Amino acid sequence: MPGTAAIEVRDLSKTFVTADAEIPALERLNFRVEPGEFVSVLGPSGCGKTTLMRIVAGLTAPTSGAVAVDGVAVSGPQRKIGLVFQVPALMQWRTALDNVLLPTEILGLERSASRKRAHELLKLVGLAEFALRYPRELSGGMQQRVGIARALVHDPAILLLDEPFSALDIMTRNQLNTELLRIWSERRKTSLLITHSIPEAVYLSDRVIVLGARPAHILDIVAVALPRPREPAMRVSLPFVQLVDRIGRLVGLEYV
Amino acid sequence: MAPAAFHRALKLSLTLVALVATWELLCRALNIPVFLIPAPSQVAWRLYEKRDLYLIHTWITLYETTAGFLLAVVFGILCAAIIVVIPKLRDIVMPLLLVAQLVPKVAIAPLLLIWFGYGLFPKVLVAFLVAFFPIVVNGASGLASVQPELLDLGHSLQASRWQTFWKFRIPSALPELFSGMKVAVTLAIIGAIIGEFVGGNRGLGYLIIVANQELDTPLAFAAIFLLSAAGIALYAIVEMFERMLIPWHAPSAPAPAAGHAM
Repeated sequence: MPGTAAIEVRDLSKTFVTADAEIPALERLNFRVEPGEFVSVLGPSGCGKTTLMRIVAGLTAPTSGAVAVDGVAVSGPQRKIGLVFQVPALMQWRTALDNVLLPTEILGLERSASRKRAHELLKLVGLAEFALRYPRELSGGMQQRVGIARALVHDPAILLLDEPFSALDIMTRNQLNTELLRIWSERRKTSLLITHSIPEAVYLSDRVIVLGARPAHILDIVAVALPRPREPAMRVSLPFVQLVDRIGRLVGLEYV
Repeated sequence: MAPAAFHRALKLSLTLVALVATWELLCRALNIPVFLIPAPSQVAWRLYEKRDLYLIHTWITLYETTAGFLLAVVFGILCAAIIVVIPKLRDIVMPLLLVAQLVPKVAIAPLLLIWFGYGLFPKVLVAFLVAFFPIVVNGASGLASVQPELLDLGHSLQASRWQTFWKFRIPSALPELFSGMKVAVTLAIIGAIIGEFVGGNRGLGYLIIVANQELDTPLAFAAIFLLSAAGIALYAIVEMFERMLIPWHAPSAPAPAAGHAM
């Protein structure tokens, strides 16, 4: 394989040991994410997708196997990774702008340059006029957009998104899918998105890693050959629907 | 004042005026002896007559309460921080705290008198002891209750322990901390009074004892009235700070469960 993968997962396994039992969560996962690629990890709820993301992010260690980011083995968290969570997890006591600035404060980045970036990012996610509002004044979708801006403020090379739109209603979710595509097309970060929505995975990604459940193992890696830029109309195109159906059958669903 | 707040204040004031008027009328109509239930006019007169004296005693009690409360805040937050940041110490500190809390302060107040004499210090100490627990418990709970995703974010950015504490934990903890502080301030005043009951020669608690001994009920009522006013004032001050420091959070009434501090 030419070039160094942005993310390389080899024989990754994770078992949780509790007082009464050993729970295997991930079983021998193997995959690569190339630089600039958008890859989704798709699987049913509770199958260990979040655990996978936390291992790649360096927040948890695997039981066996290896993860490398840009060719370097992951031994802990690193600033070249930006995280977007299932819930916006904004600080209620900070404005949207100050929330976006949080990583730059922790990393000790230069203040005025950071503020400029934060404003640009809020503009990018469509919240320029809400910079000085508090999270309680923003809707769930808007808060999550602030979360995305926050993940990008320190210019990470890699973006990990853990079911970022699961907590939102379907309409907002679809809207934010399109927003994310737009954001991603302007800042092409290598992205790994965790989701349990097949249409979302197909719509956003170059490839979809389909996981089976307990323990999580790779059923297949499906390439999404749809042209970019993706348009909402593609969601009802035949190739799209066929892909969704194919993946659905893989995980045991009669999708169409 | 916003119309809604004004209406509420008006309703409250009118209710109080009505209650006081009823009390006054009943006392006069039923000719209740003054040593049983004094009329509001008699209490008011006594207050006015000896206002300098009352001022001094109120000041003493307020001083004891505030000093005890502030000490409880400082040491309470410190203790809460230690419990949360160094989990291993938690198993040592929490049981000790519980034991200290379960000992009724009413029972140990006489001991404090023997150890520390009649001065202000034992009263401050009792006020401190009763105010301490709610602050530690609420403070620790608040400091520990940061959203896990936020902690993950901090971890992913390799935030230092200090950054995690100052940027993540302390602001998260403020609402619960203030809840605890509101409980603590009401307990502190009770603590100060207990100290004065047991052995004092100054303060509103002392005045109440004197009033009982001399069957001077208007004096007792006057002291109790001032005590209530002082308690309400302190609570209002804490709530004012709460509004200033946590503007993003609506102030809440403290949990009623803390009345068993004695």
